[in-house]
Amino acid sequence: MRRRHLGTALLVLAVVALFALPLLIDGGSDYTGTDSQATELIAESDPGYTPWFSSVFSPGSAEVESGLFALQAALGGGVLGYVLGRLRGRRSAEKAADTEEAGGP
Amino acid sequence: MHIAEGFLPPAHAVGWTIAAAPFVVHGARAVVKEVRENPESTLLLGAAGAFTFVLSAIKLPSVTGSSSHPTGTGLGAVLFRPPVMALLGTVVLLFQALLLAHGGLTTLGANAFSMAVVGPWAGYGAYSLTRRLGGGLLGGVFAGMAVADLATYATTALQLAWAHPDAESGFLGAAVKFLGVFAVTQVPLAIGEGLLGVLLFRVLTVNARPELERLGVLTPSPDDDAPAVSRDKAPEGDR
Repeated sequence: MRRRHLGTALLVLAVVALFALPLLIDGGSDYTGTDSQATELIAESDPGYTPWFSSVFSPGSAEVESGLFALQAALGGGVLGYVLGRLRGRRSAEKAADTEEAGGP
Repeated sequence: MHIAEGFLPPAHAVGWTIAAAPFVVHGARAVVKEVRENPESTLLLGAAGAFTFVLSAIKLPSVTGSSSHPTGTGLGAVLFRPPVMALLGTVVLLFQALLLAHGGLTTLGANAFSMAVVGPWAGYGAYSLTRRLGGGLLGGVFAGMAVADLATYATTALQLAWAHPDAESGFLGAAVKFLGVFAVTQVPLAIGEGLLGVLLFRVLTVNARPELERLGVLTPSPDDDAPAVSRDKAPEGDR
């Protein structure tokens, strides 16, 4: 069981390191999104192209936009947590029932 | 991998929509069938959808000095096979196109094709191949998640190169440029996504064993009443 915990801790650490490392190596970069880089690239290599449709709704400000992204992550995280919690609770309940059956009167 | 609204010429926009539509319809049927025949799958289906929802909302920094987001479509592809993800991935893309001005309605077809069709299938292929070669469940999950992520971005790069070929070097020149933007940045993210998948499966193999056995991800162990300690080791020995 202890080795399992160690494995989990190391995995979490590896994920954190993987995304912290770029920030440490090159803190001065502005980390523009690849999606917008691609858009710039199109404007550069295909200057005659004009987008022929624009978004139905655009969040008014960067703050509102990051808020909506946070909402998306929160919805996903919430559901994922709910599912994992239920699965774990189910297993503990099964375990408790097993021991009761085995050790009960 | 979101192609911005209006950035594909109308012919491409229509073409990719037609190409993606049958996959999404088939995916919707697969989801309904799964829920109807195996109601106990609903929880894990929710987990697969939620995983894509979280991961595609988070932009992460990469070594190239730019940031990008993972896709999270590999999980559902490994658990329920790829068709299910064609629907779940498209729902995520629609959410982002409508509320976040991220991606778009005219590019929904192309984006769905890369993230909800090519990604999950490529990831599932990598997962199956790894398992067949003896890589084990966790090795397979890592490969599946990472490849689903990378394949999605490679597809986007090719779609853009096709729509906007370079004036001098044509499609190939443009493909190299777009792959330069997407693929390199994506490598660390794909590795990170693979590791997250392994973490999640370590939890699932302990807590959702019956579901995983029914879905064929794990083979049923002969000693089902084994104590918890040996159960915890199961992902290693149960191949």
